[in-house]
Amino acid sequence: MKITDELIDELAQLARLELASEEKEGLKADLGRMINFVEKLNEVNTDGVEPLLHISPRMNVLREDEVLGSISQEEALRNAPAKNEAFFLVPKVIKK
Amino acid sequence: MLQLIPLQPFITRNTMSFADKYEAVIGLEVHAQLATASKLFCGDSTAFGAAPNTHVSAITLGHPGTLPMTNKKAVEYAIKMGLACHCEIERYNYFARKNYFYPDLPKGYQVSQHTTPICKGGYVMIKTETGNRDIQLNRIHLEEDAGKSIHDIEEDYTCVDYNRAGTPLIEIVTEPDLHTADEAYQYVTEVRRLVRWLGICDGNMEEGSLRCDANVSVRLKGETKLGTKVEVKNLNSIRNVKRAIEYEITRMINLLEKGERIIQQTRSFDASTDTTFAIRDKEEANDYRYFPEPDLSPFHLSESFIQNIQEAQPALPYELQEKYKVAGLSEYDAAQLCTEKEISDYYNKVIKHTTHYKAAANWINGPLRQHVNDAKITFDQLQLSPLQLVALIQMVEDGKVNFSVASQRILPVLIGNEELTPLEVATEMNLLQTSNSSEIENWIDEVIKNMPDKVTEYKRGKKGLIGLFVGEVKKRSKGKADPKAVTDLLQQKLNA
Repeated sequence: MKITDELIDELAQLARLELASEEKEGLKADLGRMINFVEKLNEVNTDGVEPLLHISPRMNVLREDEVLGSISQEEALRNAPAKNEAFFLVPKVIKK
Repeated sequence: MLQLIPLQPFITRNTMSFADKYEAVIGLEVHAQLATASKLFCGDSTAFGAAPNTHVSAITLGHPGTLPMTNKKAVEYAIKMGLACHCEIERYNYFARKNYFYPDLPKGYQVSQHTTPICKGGYVMIKTETGNRDIQLNRIHLEEDAGKSIHDIEEDYTCVDYNRAGTPLIEIVTEPDLHTADEAYQYVTEVRRLVRWLGICDGNMEEGSLRCDANVSVRLKGETKLGTKVEVKNLNSIRNVKRAIEYEITRMINLLEKGERIIQQTRSFDASTDTTFAIRDKEEANDYRYFPEPDLSPFHLSESFIQNIQEAQPALPYELQEKYKVAGLSEYDAAQLCTEKEISDYYNKVIKHTTHYKAAANWINGPLRQHVNDAKITFDQLQLSPLQLVALIQMVEDGKVNFSVASQRILPVLIGNEELTPLEVATEMNLLQTSNSSEIENWIDEVIKNMPDKVTEYKRGKKGLIGLFVGEVKKRSKGKADPKAVTDLLQQKLNA
């Protein structure tokens, strides 16, 4: 698979990353190596092999419908980069 | 991100002439918040209206290293809806991540069932002007809700409240199988009745526990290819679903008639003007990069798990409606009893003890429904035991009291006093009808004495006046005189 500038730009946009051009070159090389490695797996015949959805063999780990485990508003907001007394704050997402 | 671009569409309301030329194709996505106590993957409360960011935990907020776990009841509720809609239930389920960035989505992905919806196919039966129609479903799947963004508190920031984030939803997706705004109205009405009936969602569209998005397109009649579709969001009442679709169909037909192109976009409904406006063009194709959620184990549903849910399923409204019709009720009476489950539950209890099916329906659809509406309660909160109602019905049937005395005088005393019997109340208040002829004779004599002119007219052949005399006697007796006995005696006296 060819790693193009367009692909890097598209992935950066999806991940909301702003990349300098020298960073892009580095990433192109890294990503290329990763994809080559994964493509190696394509050489194995997997016909009739179910995809592995989960590492653990445990199934049906369901919980009963009980209210428990919430934290306080103060704790919830503690690590927020921007907050007021009750809310997380983010840049305005609606243009006026 | 979300940019509001008001459009000024060319509006004419005169699309009736186009009704033969064009056909609308509508698909609906209804999100129903499941009425569980806790969230889909953690124990935070789902209660509405709490102080912001108090129903949250490390799991809801998407902190690293947390281990979410699926709420069993949410799975059961989704299956309940699937069974009620005749869906095939998927035995092998897993959740997937739908990746996108938005401030109300704390983890940067929504956990949803992209590949294996828990319910597949199925249909919802609606009533239309031309008869019943089965609206085909594509799927019902489980997913988590997002938080809430509030734009008008801070000048320069959007405020985010994550209380709602992680609340379990089912998304009920139809095939593009609806063709008019009225069908959409009927469909959402029926879905709301079903989720309430099953007790899996409160169906409150104003509070957002039931939300609807509509995909609308139009095409020339006879065309088999679908036209360019527009998705309309923000439909917060069933009436708005109908009005938004009506507006959208008109707008699209007008565009086509002017030779213009319909742009694929997402639009929002403005209830103050009854119009829709574009909120984003769908030029950039979304790339959600779905993959199986590694933090949650897949779940396999056993036959017995599904069987247990099936067995606990209540009789559904259309089944009861048929049963009531077989028992002799009119289509209308039967339908009225099935508008809410609490009403039919009450009716079912009453008819366990009486065979006066029609009278019981009249009581419930009439005075009792009025009381319940006035008191802003539901029938399960009605403080009148089914047995009290049965006794009251029987007293009317036996001619001991008439219906208006029973409903206007006795019923108000019985409500809230479940220890009283109607007979005690009627006796205490001296309301029992009397066929005691001497008492009735006295009233009749008084009436005849007070209305000599009318009596003369009657004797000259104006026999219709008998109704007037009966009415007068009833008045004097305060409803106690048995009308049949009064009529007989009156005729005897007047014809003597």
